[in-house]
Amino acid sequence: MNYPQENSRQNAVTDSIFDHDHALPAPESPGDIPAELLRKTPLNLPNASELDVLRHYTRLSQKNFSIDTQFYPLGSCTMKYNPRIAHAMASLPGFARLHPDTPAPAMQGLLQVLWELQEWLAAATGMAAVSLTPAAGAQGELAGVAMIRAYHHARGDTARNKMLIPTAAHGTNPASAQMAGFEVIEIPNLPDGDLDMEALDAHLGPDVAGIMLTNPSTLGVFERRIAEIARHVHAAGGLLYYDGANLNAILGRVQPGQMGFDVMHLNLHKTFATPHGGGGPGAGAVAVQERLKPFLPLPTVTKAESGALRWMTAEDAPQSIGQLSAHGGNIGVLLRAHAYIRRLGRMGVGRVSAYAALNANYLLKELQKLGYQVAFPERRASHEFILSVSDLQQASGIRALDVAKRLLDFGIHAPTIYFPQLVPECLLIEPTETESKATLDRFVAVMAQIREEALAHPELLREAPHHLPVGRLDEALAARKLDVAAALS
Amino acid sequence: MPYIPHDAEETAAMLAAVGLSSLDALFDEIPSSLQVHDMALPEGLSERVLRRELEGRALSNSPLLCFAGGGAYAHHIPAIVWEIAARGEFYSAYTPYQPEASQGTLQVLYEYQSFITRLTGLEVSNASLYDGASGLAEACLMALRIQGSEKSILVPENLLPSWRKVLDTVLGMQQIRLIPVPYDARTGLLQLPTEAGDAAAMIIPQINAFGLLEAVDSLTDWAHAHGLLSIAVVNPLALAMLKAPGDWGEQGADIAVGEGQPMGIPLTGGGPYFGFLACRKAYVRQLPGRLVAKTVDARGREAYCLTLQAREQHIRRGKATSNICTNQGLMVTAATIHMATLGSHGLQETAQICHTRAQQLREWLKELPGVSFPHAGPFFHEWVLRLPVSAVKVRDALLGHGLLAGIPLQEWHMGEAGDLLVCTTELLEESDLLTYRDALHSVLEAQ
Amino acid sequence: MSKIPESLRYSDTHEWVEDLGGGRYRMGITDHAQELLGDLVYAEVPEIGKTVKAGTVCGVLESVKAAADLYSPIDGKVLERNEGLSDNPQWLNEDPYGQGWIMVVSADAAAFDKLLDAAAYSAIEGA
Repeated sequence: MNYPQENSRQNAVTDSIFDHDHALPAPESPGDIPAELLRKTPLNLPNASELDVLRHYTRLSQKNFSIDTQFYPLGSCTMKYNPRIAHAMASLPGFARLHPDTPAPAMQGLLQVLWELQEWLAAATGMAAVSLTPAAGAQGELAGVAMIRAYHHARGDTARNKMLIPTAAHGTNPASAQMAGFEVIEIPNLPDGDLDMEALDAHLGPDVAGIMLTNPSTLGVFERRIAEIARHVHAAGGLLYYDGANLNAILGRVQPGQMGFDVMHLNLHKTFATPHGGGGPGAGAVAVQERLKPFLPLPTVTKAESGALRWMTAEDAPQSIGQLSAHGGNIGVLLRAHAYIRRLGRMGVGRVSAYAALNANYLLKELQKLGYQVAFPERRASHEFILSVSDLQQASGIRALDVAKRLLDFGIHAPTIYFPQLVPECLLIEPTETESKATLDRFVAVMAQIREEALAHPELLREAPHHLPVGRLDEALAARKLDVAAALS
Repeated sequence: MPYIPHDAEETAAMLAAVGLSSLDALFDEIPSSLQVHDMALPEGLSERVLRRELEGRALSNSPLLCFAGGGAYAHHIPAIVWEIAARGEFYSAYTPYQPEASQGTLQVLYEYQSFITRLTGLEVSNASLYDGASGLAEACLMALRIQGSEKSILVPENLLPSWRKVLDTVLGMQQIRLIPVPYDARTGLLQLPTEAGDAAAMIIPQINAFGLLEAVDSLTDWAHAHGLLSIAVVNPLALAMLKAPGDWGEQGADIAVGEGQPMGIPLTGGGPYFGFLACRKAYVRQLPGRLVAKTVDARGREAYCLTLQAREQHIRRGKATSNICTNQGLMVTAATIHMATLGSHGLQETAQICHTRAQQLREWLKELPGVSFPHAGPFFHEWVLRLPVSAVKVRDALLGHGLLAGIPLQEWHMGEAGDLLVCTTELLEESDLLTYRDALHSVLEAQ
Repeated sequence: MSKIPESLRYSDTHEWVEDLGGGRYRMGITDHAQELLGDLVYAEVPEIGKTVKAGTVCGVLESVKAAADLYSPIDGKVLERNEGLSDNPQWLNEDPYGQGWIMVVSADAAAFDKLLDAAAYSAIEGA
């Protein structure tokens, strides 16, 4: 047995699962499998007691910030409350134990849920049809741009190999377009945050497949000339892709379908309150206008006249871009999104963006009063907004990173920093609609204190965080010596 | 208002602070022609009524004893796995971009990577991908980047067809050709290809779509002798019993990828699962997805952080190794706890029970008139049963006996009409195997 | 202010070139470039024998938070590369003009003469 040395583990900071190994005999090898196919190198996973496993991972969980324990105003990530009822419903054995190859008649309950969700997401976005299969926003984007290509090709229009993307877009947009085989052309934004129409017009032509936009944009403001952009792109034969990352800003108020978008993805883990899970699983359903419906990724759920539900296959939809994962997508996540929408209903969904915007605009005003600089002061904030601390950098060398790290000391998760890249030393703040005024007021009070500290005691920020399990990390060392798996002892 | 805490007084105070008189005014920059005020959504439900409605839906999915596999497997999940994984601190955290506030998730991912490297016998594992099939597509793209100029991949015809479809979708977008590697219809096993052409890599599935074990050593050696990388497609539970990809052939496989679902992930109709991807250290910069490394903090304390982020989309944008942002964090958290709970011993024991059940059921079914087993080769926990009548009809009839009897290969456009792919796991007791035999017997007699 | 040795020539993409004589030229990135990139963790350098073209991408430099394309300052063929960088990428930060050199190429003297001198590079770096 291996007894870890207590004195080498200050406050159990370095507790490792590999400290809890017990020697247990390996079972005998089966006689009917040839020896050369059997395991040669010993497996060497630790054999820990169940109680030690429980303690180890419970303690690890306590080193995390999360929505359930902290205010988490992480811009562009929509860290709203993940209702526990949604988790309970997705965990019901009647759903959790369903094998994907169960014949449709034996899984009507699940198919009913998925079919309703398809209908509801179409209704919420003003689009004609939905496929739920993409596993995350990035896969939804890939499906979306692939559908754009399939649409042009089906019309014999095969020369459109360019995708236009604003400079301020999320990095996934160009990465997805690239992965789908498009050449990416970046379109700049104007100083007021709107897209540069002249630059757009200069690039439109018979080689442009479409444009990928977020609205409100990543700059936290609504693209006011969206109808005009849609007209110009459509007139040039291109299609409009809507990145649903910021859908929470307009849910129940403006619909991508109405703005002229042809295809979009939704981040159900943002707008529809499914958990982020420390980095997934997400769900990136795609929604399209009627003319793109034949190209939706498979499988989708279809309803016969009898009311019976079943998965669509390639025989039903020969023009589909195909399958993106082995089965029907992240169904457990879809179940949660369904429960969320059903709980909120028409009225509840309609209120989301109003309170998301109220919280963002309230915070913006209160922080402005403290002296923080707003990136687009003349514009109405959407569900999020951008501060720049360039003034602090000039005054005392304090950077956005330092403000972010100091917030952690107060039990508040840092906002998104250094995105969008256009605004120097920026913090992108998204409170979401599920936070109360009291929580926002406390955040304002903490930001007031941090601003004073930044000017009077900048070292407090530069060395922050002080009260977490670890301080700032040596990330260069991590990449240079690259220890990415525990060595065998 | 569900999940919105503001009362009327607070809303009014906040609007006043912003200098507005109504919530509608918050949208004054949006052209009114674009604004909508209603959607075709149902009315909201109280939590009480919602639960009742969804419990009804869940119950209407017939409870079945599961003999189906084909890439998704019914395994026992110890109670502690989701008890811990569903803790709010894991469940509702974001990707660990602020390492000081995410040491829990980061250490879990580091332990996960460690477990996967030990299972696969390779040096580096990423922090997971969406699922096994999309992970295989990423592995192929990775092999193409490593090899440089090649433009195709050798793909076995006995790879799971759903995985093949994902390769068609993802690799097809980049005009990468998939060159089929045929199998011997008699044995169900791969034949050595005749030439490598301009392929960058060969996919080697251990276990193949018929549940059979391939001669992975000679396949790997053939790939290397022809200048190809070998991509191992493996089942993580089976690796507790079967040779690790790092030990295949003279030099070992270069990349290993697989569906992680058997490691503590409920079936849930097909997802969310997770894909694992491991490789030799030399290829780490071509590895897509998140990667966690151990380092120290400013005071020299051991700590964990995301590393090699410059490969990723949020920095490299269009030049990234992949467009992927997330891993499947929560699934991997559960899988890590699952693997830690079972340990080497538990995984080996589970693998052995799965295998023993498969042997036992096969023995018992031999007694039934008219049934046969088209393939003689070794298997892990899944094999093809050949029935004298349509496997689809038999599968459907057995639903009435509370059994999901397997997957008719006809649904995959493989094998013969009577072929049924049958899987056994540790969830099935010997009495369940007898139930299966007797029910199948009575269904065959009635045909 | 970053260091700009008088004895070297420079490109506007922040590489330096040293004339080793006999048509051989050593190159690396400037002090200013390493400051901009921050802690470097990896350098992908073209293989020996590879032809490189002035102003085109021939490799990649990765720091903790950024990745930058490495441009060749002149047309030529790679004769040597700094093999030590793979284990010691910090040399690019610590000693960009010495231990942190990247590669030696064979090239025309005319190409070398077209590069910026220290004063001219100093002017664009400040801009």
